[in-house]
Amino acid sequence: MSKTLAEKIWADHIVRSATGEPDLIYIDLHLIHEVTSPQAFDGLRLAGRQVRRPDLTIATEDHNTPTLNIDLPIADPVSKLQVDTLRKNCAEFGVRLHSLGDAEQGIVHVVGPQLGVTQPGMTIVCGDSHTSTHGAFGALAFGIGTSEVEHVLATQTLPLVRPKTLAINVDGVLPDGVTAKDIILAIIAKIGTGGGQGYVLEYRGSAIKALSMEGRMTICNMSIEAGARAGLIAPDETTFEYVKNKPHAPQGADWDAAVEYWSTLKSDEDAEFDSEIFLNAAELAPFVTWGTNPGQGLPLNASVPNPAEISDIEERGAAERALTYMGLEAGAPLKSIKVDTIFLGSCTNGRIEDLRAAAAVVKGKKKSDSVRMLVVPGSARVRLQAEQEGLDKVFLDFGAEWRNAGCSMCLGMNPDQLAVGERSASTSNRNFEGRQGKGGRTHLVSPLVAAATAIRGTLSSPADL
Amino acid sequence: MEKFISHTGTAVPLRRSNVDTDQIIPAVYLKRVTKSGFEDGLFAAWRNDPEFVLNQPQYKAATILVAGADFGTGSSREHAVWALQNYGFKAVISSRFADIFRGNSQKGGLLTVVLPQASVEKIWDAIEVDPTVQVTVDLAAKNVRLGNEVFTFEIDDYTRWRLMEGLDDIGLTLKNIDSVTTFESNRPTYKPKTLPIRS
Ligand code: SF4
Repeated sequence: MSKTLAEKIWADHIVRSATGEPDLIYIDLHLIHEVTSPQAFDGLRLAGRQVRRPDLTIATEDHNTPTLNIDLPIADPVSKLQVDTLRKNCAEFGVRLHSLGDAEQGIVHVVGPQLGVTQPGMTIVCGDSHTSTHGAFGALAFGIGTSEVEHVLATQTLPLVRPKTLAINVDGVLPDGVTAKDIILAIIAKIGTGGGQGYVLEYRGSAIKALSMEGRMTICNMSIEAGARAGLIAPDETTFEYVKNKPHAPQGADWDAAVEYWSTLKSDEDAEFDSEIFLNAAELAPFVTWGTNPGQGLPLNASVPNPAEISDIEERGAAERALTYMGLEAGAPLKSIKVDTIFLGSCTNGRIEDLRAAAAVVKGKKKSDSVRMLVVPGSARVRLQAEQEGLDKVFLDFGAEWRNAGCSMCLGMNPDQLAVGERSASTSNRNFEGRQGKGGRTHLVSPLVAAATAIRGTLSSPADL
Repeated sequence: MEKFISHTGTAVPLRRSNVDTDQIIPAVYLKRVTKSGFEDGLFAAWRNDPEFVLNQPQYKAATILVAGADFGTGSSREHAVWALQNYGFKAVISSRFADIFRGNSQKGGLLTVVLPQASVEKIWDAIEVDPTVQVTVDLAAKNVRLGNEVFTFEIDDYTRWRLMEGLDDIGLTLKNIDSVTTFESNRPTYKPKTLPIRS
């Protein structure tokens, strides 16, 4: 019987299946960070259990690590306790950890791919909803809660109900200045924050195939913002090229065997999806969110919507509340919105290619005096690479701050936060109320829009310069 | 995990859709390393507003939260479930839950009940008219009752059985650990390992 990609990977990982019960699925890689793991390790300790496969587990510090003065002890005592707890747990249970200061430290979803432990055909989990990022490699990857973290630590498996599949076809050629971020923001605006619920999304079509691995990761990363636990892109030459020669890539005969298997990982021609949607890449434009959920987005050339014109009562109420929170007037052109802070970073857009794209826009320009700009590489290795390419100089000359790696202002668990009423253009993935700091107002944008906005001080794309 | 068979208490109406886990518990409250003590962080930003429904005296003792559609979207933080439980909630009713939140709640024994939006509206109206009305969430009978109204809900048999028995998933899986060992012996050698460190 013909199968979708998700069904193939699922079938290859069933440890046990029984009628009336969820399938028991084997987990190939478990990523860990300081926020969602302490209670899981505690559970193991209480029950006298071990980590079953420390060799399939890897930890990094990212969510609440500082991005300044990283050689000093963490100033916030509660953050420090969480990081110290992770260090203690990893030492006790034999789990590999990349601590602050280590070249492989960084956002867990940037670290996996750069080490090459993220590969096609795998099952990957992490106590973090943006684990969907790894789906860009054709891996079934999804976020889990802390109880599930404990379950995977103890058994290297998870009992799971097979999700449905939704094909998202994006065909055509993207116009200049339109990026992977704009594709995914447009998809979420189209299907809504609940549109992907219960599904694995498979992104297909010529526009997806044409993307780099970084672009594919940006797309899969935000699958969760459409309500889907996982997003997938079939692996191809672009994927193999990226994985090849990474520290943990298979070598020699293993490489050949792996590529042979990976090449089978695509949905069969006649495979049936539970649902399907279509998008024309040529019609897309730079996208920006105006509201407080990632589905509330529009092309940058549009104006703030008028809630009175929204027919759905729930949606209208949500739009009204969003405009009040965001301090926006219905009908105002999005491009007239002044921002205070630019955040370039996160697991959505904190990779080397994102930094390069933004640097190319700001090079030789001066930052608007009315904004501050934080550039936070996704990992210490991305930072090193950027420095080798001189990107740090470009950003510093421009007037931006060059920070150390971590989640930073994506969620503001460390000192990098918006003040009450402060407005950001952010390359991260969530514009929820207070996400970047209590009372902070977030507009989600691509790295190109972030860079152009930093020059003009109002939401802009490079075409406006 | 505590068994959940049936629970009766008062309910609080949260007339908002798309309540994400950043609202349920903001990130700054996630720094504890235990599963308790998160009640202060529950809806922290909204609770600054004296008018917020949880701050209204008539709803202080409520143990059932009745929320708008798409409850629990966003971050996977299980702290959202712990915060609701630490605060005293035993069940949440909504017309739609985010997948990860629903999974987390079922692990921790917080019952998430899916009812059609029209039923949610009816319950909202009823508990706004009379905040003291007793609401029963009955997992054994698969229904929610208040006054003369009975709303039946669906839940898969396996999850229901686990919740009613208060069974821990890990213990259940460990009973089948031999099948895991067998599976492992057949895994291809090209699958990556994190140890020893290669670079
Ligand atoms: S960068 Fe943001 S979204 Fe990504 S893992 Fe960190 S906190 Fe989560």
